[in-house]
Amino acid sequence: MSDEQTFLDKLQARNAVRGDEPTWITARRQAGAARFEAVGFPHKRVEDWKYTDIRSISRGDFELTDNAEFSPATAAALTLPIDALRLTFVDGVFSRSLSDLNSLPEGVSIEPLSQALEANHEAVGGALGRLAGIDFSPFTALNTAFTEEGAVIRLAAGTVVDKPIIVQFLSRANDRPVMSHPRVLVEAGGRSEATVIEHHAGEAEAANFTNLVSEIMLDRGAILSYYKLQEAPVGDLHISSLHAEQGRDSRFTSFNLTLGGALVRNDLVADLNAEGAETQYNGLFFVRGRQHVDNHTLVNHNAPRTYSNESYKGILDDRARGVFNGKVMVKRDSQQIEAYQNNANLLLSDRAEIDTKPELEIYADDVKCSHGATTGQLDEEAVYALRTRGIDEQMARGLLTLAFAGEVMEQVQVDAIAERVELAVAGKLPERFNLAGLVESASALGEE
Amino acid sequence: MLEVKDLHVTVEGSEILKGLNLTLKAGEVHAIMGPNGAGKSTLSAVIAGKEGYEVTSGSITFKGRDVLEMDVEERAQAGLLLGFQYPVEIPGVKNIYLLKAALNAQRKARGEDEIPAPEFMKLVKEQLAAMKMDPSFLQRAVNEGFSGGEKKRNEILQMLVLQPKLVMLDEIDSGLDIDAMRVVAQGINSLRDPERGILIVTHYQRLLEHVEPDVVHVLVDGRIAKTGDKQLAYDLEARGYDWVLEESAA
Ligand SMILES: Nc1ncnc2c1ncn2[C@@H]1O[C@H](COP(=O)(O)OP(=O)(O)O)[C@@H](O)[C@H]1O
Ligand SMILES: [Mg+2]
Repeated sequence: MSDEQTFLDKLQARNAVRGDEPTWITARRQAGAARFEAVGFPHKRVEDWKYTDIRSISRGDFELTDNAEFSPATAAALTLPIDALRLTFVDGVFSRSLSDLNSLPEGVSIEPLSQALEANHEAVGGALGRLAGIDFSPFTALNTAFTEEGAVIRLAAGTVVDKPIIVQFLSRANDRPVMSHPRVLVEAGGRSEATVIEHHAGEAEAANFTNLVSEIMLDRGAILSYYKLQEAPVGDLHISSLHAEQGRDSRFTSFNLTLGGALVRNDLVADLNAEGAETQYNGLFFVRGRQHVDNHTLVNHNAPRTYSNESYKGILDDRARGVFNGKVMVKRDSQQIEAYQNNANLLLSDRAEIDTKPELEIYADDVKCSHGATTGQLDEEAVYALRTRGIDEQMARGLLTLAFAGEVMEQVQVDAIAERVELAVAGKLPERFNLAGLVESASALGEE
Repeated sequence: MLEVKDLHVTVEGSEILKGLNLTLKAGEVHAIMGPNGAGKSTLSAVIAGKEGYEVTSGSITFKGRDVLEMDVEERAQAGLLLGFQYPVEIPGVKNIYLLKAALNAQRKARGEDEIPAPEFMKLVKEQLAAMKMDPSFLQRAVNEGFSGGEKKRNEILQMLVLQPKLVMLDEIDSGLDIDAMRVVAQGINSLRDPERGILIVTHYQRLLEHVEPDVVHVLVDGRIAKTGDKQLAYDLEARGYDWVLEESAA
């Protein structure tokens, strides 16, 4: 039996027990399955997948689950300690008890996909799948075939949401590995402002497969910060595709922070469709052991006077492997574009490896564009210099590693996220690296 | 406080220090002078624990402890601090963080709690003013983009904040203009203390006009060839080093 057939059989079994659903969903399911069957899983001869071997997924045998049972104590330890609006999924299944959707502010709608479909499936159907279709990759096709659950977030025009909105995915240590194909749909109305946090975490022994598709639509003037904090257990397999569509003067800031997972592949696509639209891609990954992380980013400058800025940093230890592919596409007639990209990598071990590749396709002439990629090691002289001041070697290395990540970390506005990343990267430091309080008092000093 | 006995050190197979003896008591300021290549930097680096030097025989003890058995960071925590001739740039690590992390490492080694933030800021603020440095230096990455003089002031600032038991300064005066020299000298003088030793490595007597040494040693060809008081520094300035060599050979 082919690898694909294993998944198609699972789909068929699922469809057999599925209740009634709108015909458009069934039709898309079928189209997704047909597409997946036709193209099959990607292999290493496909350019986009050259450095990433997904056989741990394609040769796997993953169950679908229907229950969201999870130890509340474990959940509490994994959950970001933030006063937030929260949707929680356990192995892809919505958990009402681990969610917190009480007192939604006016203009804010947050629902699990299943519930949104039940309430008004037509309102979902137009947006879902509009940005991330079945042609994007075999995985989006597979996701479409299996679509069941996910998060639907809608912000009415002019709504400013104070609390972050967290979409939390918890992975369980199951007897048999489980798969899920969640969707995230964010519709940010004109001049709305919000912070969304997609958080992946789980029980240490978990080894599940998540195949996520996110679609984010920013209307005119909308401002959205989208954090993805990947802290999945080191046995988890994760494929994700995030597509943002930006209207006039909208601003999309993405933080793609990867600490966990055995195999993590992120595709990010931003379509800058109208003047004044701006995308900021911030990325940081810190991987060890035999972890593998692959980030493929794409910015489509489809309109004049659109801006993009990208900064990705990779830190790799042991035998970890990283891939960065950053593509910028400037359409003909998209004049007065600014597009900047930078990728820097730090190898903490001789056996760690990174493949990095910028790709620029520019068909307009009035364009400011730059890109750069570097890969290096910790400066041993700097390690020594810190040690001569009494700082032990481990902390010295931690400090310098964090310093490397500094440029990206300084942009992180959510303290709880910054702390998790700092702790992972630098170990336990005596105090927060950027020392919020201290920095304030020091700048006050300067003003005296 | 510091006792160096019959120290032999080789670097990449060649012997640089050839039986060096030195005793420095708490409260004293010693200057080590000598021609280029004599081994002055080697001596201070070996005491501070820099890698790449092989101690083939002899001993270094500091307050009764065997220094050669201690890691670099342990030596610093015990109060042995070396100010470098060429301070290293540490991109991304803010000066203020280095100071705080270093001070807390020292306190931790003594079994003390971390310094409270207000107390730390007060301390840093005072010393910054003493070194005539702008507070913006605290927010800058250590030595990154600093001029030569600023780097040297920064080394002294670290000493003032960390208050080591033994201050070693290697050519702290090189590349300093007159004003910077005064500020640096003032910084060193304020470190004079009955409980503290100061070891100044230099090959000019210029700095010693501002910081009066109690004892002056002449290091030639891997050994202390002559020891005297501050007058010796003037004699060396006037007559060079050759006569010391001849005298010690005689
Ligand atoms: N890392 C090194 N590798 C090779 N030779 C060195 C090294 N460090 C010092 N030396 C040699 O050791 C001798 C003493 O150097 P140094 O201690 O720097 O002298 P000083 O500071 O008195 O000018 C010189 O001949 C120098 O070339
Ligand atoms: Mg020297």
